[in-house]
Amino acid sequence: MSLFSIFNVAGSGMAAQSLRLNTVASNLANADSVSSTPEGAYRSREPLFAAVKNAQDSGSNAVGEGVQVLGVTESQAAIPSRYEPGNPLADADGYVYSSNVNPVDELVNMISASRSYQNNVEVMNSPRQLMQKTLDLGK
Amino acid sequence: MTLTPDNLFGIHTRALDLWQRRTEVLANNLANADTPGYLARDVDFRKVLAAAGGGADGLPLQTTTAGQIGNAGQAADGLAYRVPSQPSMDGNTVDAQAEQAAFAANGVHYQASLSFITAQIRMLRTAISGGQS
Repeated sequence: MSLFSIFNVAGSGMAAQSLRLNTVASNLANADSVSSTPEGAYRSREPLFAAVKNAQDSGSNAVGEGVQVLGVTESQAAIPSRYEPGNPLADADGYVYSSNVNPVDELVNMISASRSYQNNVEVMNSPRQLMQKTLDLGK
Repeated sequence: MTLTPDNLFGIHTRALDLWQRRTEVLANNLANADTPGYLARDVDFRKVLAAAGGGADGLPLQTTTAGQIGNAGQAADGLAYRVPSQPSMDGNTVDAQAEQAAFAANGVHYQASLSFITAQIRMLRTAISGGQS
């Protein structure tokens, strides 16, 4: 337990948020991807966060140790189909299947993730100054 | 006046410890600002200070047989869950703005404790050197 562990905590937060930004980027890049089968269509992805508990100190008073990404989930929303017989990817009936990415959701996610990232950067900065002042104690 | 650090700096070393711990708790809250179901926590300063100052708050539970759990270890820790100001869909009770404000205030408190200790050191220096620097 020291100010050093705050760097781990804030670092884990930054890593989690940057992974979230990555999935947002992937989703937006694939927003207009099409596929010839519903199974092959791109599904919107989102990371699943969970708090990390201290391994040695499992009581209710244990201070957590940041955040972890349990995995990346795929959206179960319906895959929209479009009738485009001229599309080279169209199936036998002339349909193509696009992704179920909702660009509005993704943009909101992006703003939220970047704000949280900035928060974590701030959290990392301030203990750094406090540590510096503690080291200068008595000067 | 014995010169163990505890007597020299009074309660400020304990306070420094506590502010540091609180910084950690708040950093955790901010890191988990988007974790579903995460419950924000904070240190109950009054409780911990009372425990550190030796003034126990309330009566200790009596443990009459082996295996009973007393409340001796609980008071000193003083971690409590924050009461959320507005509910959120995913069960997360972190309010990023409130946490940031608490974090900033906490940093100032830490610096205040530090400056108390610095003043104490300066006073000792003056006593040692007899006022000539």
